Amino acid sequence: MEFAELIKTPRADNVVLHRPFHLAVEGTLCLTGHHLIFSSRRQDNAEELWLLHSNIDSIEKRFVGSLGTIIIKCKDLRIIQLDIPGMEECLNIASSIEALSTLDSVTLMYPFFYRPMFEVLEDGWSSFLLEQEFELLSSVTNEWRLSCVNKEFSVCPSYPAVVIVPKAVDDEALRKVALFRHGGRFPVLSYYHKKNGMAMLRSSQPLTGTNGRRCKEDEKLVNATLRSGRRGFVIDTRPLPVAQQARAKGGGFEQEVHYPQWRRIHKYIERFNILQESFIKLVEACNDQSHNMDRWLSKLEASNWLTHIKELLTAACLAAQCIDREGASVLVHGSEGTDSTLQVTSLAQIILDPRCRTIRGFQALVVREWLQAGHPFQQRCAQSAYSNSKQKWEAPVFLLFLECVWQIHRQFPCSFEFNEKFLILLFEHAYASQFGTFLGNNESERAKLKLPQKTMSLWSWVNRPEELSRFQNPLYEANSLVIWPSVAPQSLHLWEGVFLRWNRLCRFLEEAEEQKISIIKYNKELQAKVNTLRRRLAEIEAAGAVRGQP
Amino acid sequence: SHAVLLLQVENVKLLDRYANRRAASGTLYLTATHLIYVDASAEVRKETWILHHHISSVEKLPLTTAGYPLLIHCKNFHVAHFVIGQERDCHDVFTSLLKLSQPVKPEELYAFSYNPKMSKESREMGWKLIDLRLDYQRMGIPNDSWEITDINKDYEVCSTYPPEIVVPRAATKAVVMGSSRFRSRGRIPVLSYLYKENNAALCRCSQPLAGFSARCLEDEQMLQAIREANPGCPFMYVVDTRPKLNAMANRAAGKGYENEDNYENIRFKFIGIENIHVMRSSLQKLLEVCEMKSPSMSDFLTGLENSGWLRHIKAVMDAGVFLAKAVKEERASVLVHCSDGWDRTAQVCSLASLLLDPFYRTFKGFMVLIEKEWIAMGHKFSHRCGHLDGDPKEVSPVFTQFVECVWQLMQQFPCSFEFSERFLLELHDHVYSCQFGNFLGTCHKDREELRIFEKTHSLWPFLLQRKQELRNPLYRGFTAYKELQPNTLPFSFQ
Repeated sequence: MEFAELIKTPRADNVVLHRPFHLAVEGTLCLTGHHLIFSSRRQDNAEELWLLHSNIDSIEKRFVGSLGTIIIKCKDLRIIQLDIPGMEECLNIASSIEALSTLDSVTLMYPFFYRPMFEVLEDGWSSFLLEQEFELLSSVTNEWRLSCVNKEFSVCPSYPAVVIVPKAVDDEALRKVALFRHGGRFPVLSYYHKKNGMAMLRSSQPLTGTNGRRCKEDEKLVNATLRSGRRGFVIDTRPLPVAQQARAKGGGFEQEVHYPQWRRIHKYIERFNILQESFIKLVEACNDQSHNMDRWLSKLEASNWLTHIKELLTAACLAAQCIDREGASVLVHGSEGTDSTLQVTSLAQIILDPRCRTIRGFQALVVREWLQAGHPFQQRCAQSAYSNSKQKWEAPVFLLFLECVWQIHRQFPCSFEFNEKFLILLFEHAYASQFGTFLGNNESERAKLKLPQKTMSLWSWVNRPEELSRFQNPLYEANSLVIWPSVAPQSLHLWEGVFLRWNRLCRFLEEAEEQKISIIKYNKELQAKVNTLRRRLAEIEAAGAVRGQP
Repeated sequence: SHAVLLLQVENVKLLDRYANRRAASGTLYLTATHLIYVDASAEVRKETWILHHHISSVEKLPLTTAGYPLLIHCKNFHVAHFVIGQERDCHDVFTSLLKLSQPVKPEELYAFSYNPKMSKESREMGWKLIDLRLDYQRMGIPNDSWEITDINKDYEVCSTYPPEIVVPRAATKAVVMGSSRFRSRGRIPVLSYLYKENNAALCRCSQPLAGFSARCLEDEQMLQAIREANPGCPFMYVVDTRPKLNAMANRAAGKGYENEDNYENIRFKFIGIENIHVMRSSLQKLLEVCEMKSPSMSDFLTGLENSGWLRHIKAVMDAGVFLAKAVKEERASVLVHCSDGWDRTAQVCSLASLLLDPFYRTFKGFMVLIEKEWIAMGHKFSHRCGHLDGDPKEVSPVFTQFVECVWQLMQQFPCSFEFSERFLLELHDHVYSCQFGNFLGTCHKDREELRIFEKTHSLWPFLLQRKQELRNPLYRGFTAYKELQPNTLPFSFQ
């Protein structure tokens, strides 16, 4: 298919762009296969706006006489308005944008066409291989092994080709366990707590069904992670009644009789359609400027967004607590094991593992616990808060995770190597990107699409020194401790950087950020000076001592 | 401690609401001024000091297995939960604290016994540190239109104003005296801030005794003089910071608000900020929300909304923004009042000054602002803070709200204040601590009678001494930002 067919009016002049907190500007609008480009021709302040079609969440058109207005709502939550003279032009442009922003074939997406203008120093597609992760693990324990049982993606289509499992369990057993778990997602290692050798596993629900089916291999697998005489915890992200109902559909939960060494805790985390609804309500509240204080607070409350944040952080703290405080191994799952499960396991690692709070380590976490672990990004991020689609599988699951990281970041501003901008960057690219990283729903799909060969990885770009420096937290000081966030309502805030980003003036906050950076730079310079002077003093003293000797 | 020990109780536990740690165990001491708790279980000596003046309530809770609990709420929002082994001891502490935390006579206040071992000269220098005349000089006053007059030196114009006030040069003594008879408690229109760039003035007063139809020629002349002192603008604003209904109700009592027909070229406007009683109960509700045991997010947000606290903060901020805009953008002078002109008026005038003039965002400037708009102009700190055992209906967090508004501005403009949040907290603590003389009494006359300038110390030099730890590292200097235009949409409040 040629994009040209979809573009009936490739260019319109005298278009006026309106954005909050900006003066309206007049300029030319161009449509290309993947971008909407607006450029103002004003000499003094020429500016260009490039918008990916895939970033467009919804579009509305209005007419007053022959002046048409298009309101574009983006997945990154920004809203812009374009006034386009000429009814036909306006209608053409609107329908082109609509068509181009809703292409259903992945291979037509921009990442397949994007040619980077930078030199690739390190191919991000091979930056975070599970093999490397396993090497690190092998240096501290030999209780685990890499298994290639899924190398054809036939045992579990949503798992990567290699996984880490207890050494005591062979591939044959894994195949049996896969049949006993929803979608074949048998328990695999998510995190190993070096401090005390405890492990966090993740999986999907066991298929016990109504007649209480059991699987000896499954029991053996999870028990292999326990120290003798110690108990483990199963954290089920569904409430007990839901888990019980799941049995009727063939699902279920680990029953005490078959898993006597495990204690099950149900920690409810909302499912995706509820989250999507909450997301839409919150964004609506943030965009309505007509509220008084009471209405704003009640809408914020009614959106339930912060409640979900609190639930999620609470569950993650619980998992971390079981591992670090109770010294127990943990198995986390919900139903499919691709959403709430990953939220909990990845957040628990942010709390427990200082490595995950570095830029590189955080990227590795996102790759390992989200991309390789088979979070269906393409389904979940197909649409954002402005969509009217009735699709059932869209949900801000990954955004919620990022926001929880931000909440912890806010409470421990010096413990993270990256800054808020980095989290916002990931949010943006998960929804629309020139990079192939977040395309596809799992590793199997990515392999079929040949993404590593045909598209550029976000990590190839972001890990270049000049880009990376923008995402450094100037306050960072490596903190090797476990960090326990507060989940009290007073401690949780609205993530303004995402939700109010386009509705507030950022100048003063950015200036504060610059000020911080320059103070810390100055401090480092002074520190270096002190060190030089100290050295010189020591030299002089030493020389003096020599001279002073008889 | 060199202070006299009144009571000592062993085996006292201090519960920590946040850490799940084992409760601390130690000894509780009562001195004439402080409750001191020494944690014996900690590896390093850990002390908790609570000033008696800071205590707003002491409660005995029902017996628990650990002993007799005693819950102490402080005016600076500190909450301490002690558990005492013996009932007798608990009762002794309880009754002692009740007495100690509610002094009856002003002489019992800490400021009169506080002795930082300082020479008489430096103490007196301390009181001279903030000179309001210098601030008026900074605004170019005296000038052709405004003068500093000592017409109130014997408190004949107004007993709650300072001896020196700034009024239009054109207002004769007869006009001033006449206007004073027409304003509630004689609080006539005086200058609060002059915006030098366009001569627009921010003035303040109390409500007129207008009733349903009363007029006062001198008062009308007074407003005319204010308006004419700013020839750049043909009109002036008169802003009543009360809700319209409250102002109307006041008319029945012979008070009320200005009738636009009687005053030449005024634009009259209501800005609905609620009264001290609404604010008091709002804070009470807010504190209850903050003290809920493991509330859900929903409980918390609903409670926050129902308390109305942020709604009131927004109202005060909106009013400040309105005044600053009128002065700067419309070049109009503004006269502000509420009922008596010492609560809401103080809040919004000081906030508008802070928005207009970067000087007030420095350490020294902020002290000047507090001295000028709050202390000198007779904000009744003693009553609003409940320094002495008195009418609980007079207590209200008016100053606390102002401090929060400043804090909200700090969130939006992190580089524009010389001082940090800690400075605000320190100041807020001392407004209630009664350790320094500045916030004692209700007005200048009152403080003279209490002889605070001879008998107590001023807070300001003590705070300036600690500038290093109270400064804002992000401050970009005096000239970096001029006027501030904060966002007052609901979501910009935290």
